[in-house]
Amino acid sequence: MDRPVGDQGAAADRTGLARAAASILLLRESPIAMLGLALVLFWVVVALVAPLLPLHDPNLPLTPFKKPLVEAKDGAVYWLGTDHKGRDMLARVIFGARQVLLWAGFATAVAYAFGIMMGVTAGYLGGWWDEVLSFVGNVLLSFPVMVLYIIIITYLGATGFNIVLAVTFASAPGIMRIVRGLVLDIKTRDYILAAETRGETPLYIMLVELLPNARGPLIVDACLRLGYTTVTIAMLGYLGLGLPPPDPDWGKMIAEAQPLGSFAGHMAVIPALAISSLVLGFNLLADGLREISLRD
Amino acid sequence: MFVLACRRLVSMALIMAMVSFLLFLLFESDKLAVAGKVLGPYSSVEQREIWLEKNGYDRSFLTRYADWAGNAVKGDFGTSLQLRAPVADVLWPRLGNTAILAAVVFAAMIPLSLLLGVLAGLRESSLQDRVISVASVLTTSVPEFASATLLSAIFVFELGWLPGTSAMTGGFNFKELILPAAVLILFDFGYVTRMTRASMAEVMTSPYIRTAILKGLPYRRVIMRHALRNALIAPFTVIVLQMNWLLSGVIVVEVFFSYKGFGKLLLDASLFGDIFVIEACTLIAVFVAVFSQFISDIGYMLLNPKIRFG
Repeated sequence: MDRPVGDQGAAADRTGLARAAASILLLRESPIAMLGLALVLFWVVVALVAPLLPLHDPNLPLTPFKKPLVEAKDGAVYWLGTDHKGRDMLARVIFGARQVLLWAGFATAVAYAFGIMMGVTAGYLGGWWDEVLSFVGNVLLSFPVMVLYIIIITYLGATGFNIVLAVTFASAPGIMRIVRGLVLDIKTRDYILAAETRGETPLYIMLVELLPNARGPLIVDACLRLGYTTVTIAMLGYLGLGLPPPDPDWGKMIAEAQPLGSFAGHMAVIPALAISSLVLGFNLLADGLREISLRD
Repeated sequence: MFVLACRRLVSMALIMAMVSFLLFLLFESDKLAVAGKVLGPYSSVEQREIWLEKNGYDRSFLTRYADWAGNAVKGDFGTSLQLRAPVADVLWPRLGNTAILAAVVFAAMIPLSLLLGVLAGLRESSLQDRVISVASVLTTSVPEFASATLLSAIFVFELGWLPGTSAMTGGFNFKELILPAAVLILFDFGYVTRMTRASMAEVMTSPYIRTAILKGLPYRRVIMRHALRNALIAPFTVIVLQMNWLLSGVIVVEVFFSYKGFGKLLLDASLFGDIFVIEACTLIAVFVAVFSQFISDIGYMLLNPKIRFG
């Protein structure tokens, strides 16, 4: 085999890009998926360009308890008002999106890496690999998720990496189960047999033959899980177990605002709407994708 | 079925033993820290050692775990470090409060979600299906603390109809139960509705329903006699599994409305490091998880004779 390897790679890349573009166009078939994508993209773009926007510093105290749309002394407008410490709510919600998207994305990615590794190994190799991994997974799954989160975070402390750890512990077994089921199905196909006959290593078969063919249901599941993880991170923030202050965190913003609800309702309602719209985006996207995949 | 029950029981005991040992290892291996939690951060090392000696901490770690486990099997979960009271005295009333909340949630949620799910699944992609499906995604996407915030903003602060906390300080008050229950129902009914809808839609496309319609049975009878019986099998298992979700999912709602239930107890105990309360709560949670799984399997089996678990 002395084909030019570089060219082959480039060709594969082009078809990969073309295929990605085609699958995004496929989304147009489902208005629900488009709506979900729009909501998610809105928050992602806002989070990405946040430092470039003409916003106040999210941790800078200005004037406390301003209602939304009130004009400040220097002529600027507090579009969403200010909080009890006088910090600009608009800036805090937008910078909060950065936090939650960063950590939710990171935590879901790590959970997926572990879940996929465990699932493909258990499904393809079978035997005692499967026994051991499935047992560990079942023990973790029988643990109530919230209990797991609270114990891990209270024991190890509330930092971003411990949240990633807790999410991984809680989600990887579920992901493993899905991947294992998919692999058990795909394993029986002829192209896997062909690869085995060619003498490919198990690692190659798992990564090149099995995994790409299991991606459909996994993408839908990933969208749903991004939503769950977003909720989890905000919920831990609400319970006082989230990311350390002073950087804005949607859950913590709600917790701080709750006792002030009678006269500063906007402080709690705005982050509540923010997180709901983001989670709704992920759920609609997952729904639409599932609908499209069932149609074909 | 007997074999299945025995197997589940053994695996539950195994999981409980493993989980409780892990927790013990996490919280009890550092004795001085345990004494520090009880006596306060400014207690001296000597004071802590005296306390440890008095409370039987001179035994080895494994003996302490074995003693605790022996008592726990008999229903004595030890003494809470934070509340200075037997865990059982605190645990059961709290669990009872959560059970009341859960009963209200289930009583309202099950009829609502089954009805909506059946209506949506009856005619797939009709207008009523679209509306119900979108509504259920919408409500499920709003996390509990967010919907609690929004509902309080409307019903507590704008309209002043309902109390904003549910501590039940003046005895039992049903009004204080409405908002926590509403939040849980709002969050959970969408999921059960969607499951019911999927199941109903699948049954409606099956050949035996077409046959029943074609042979001229009244539509109402086709639905009531033939479709519903099979369509409600899958939602049944989903509903039973919600028990498990509710026990830990209720934490946020209980904290938000300061309802004195199981979830609040667990959160407070975890924050303090109150090992015996944590152990007791976790064991109960694991028990409910395994038990509800078992009930849902048995129910599934009884409802659907095609399925048999070995």
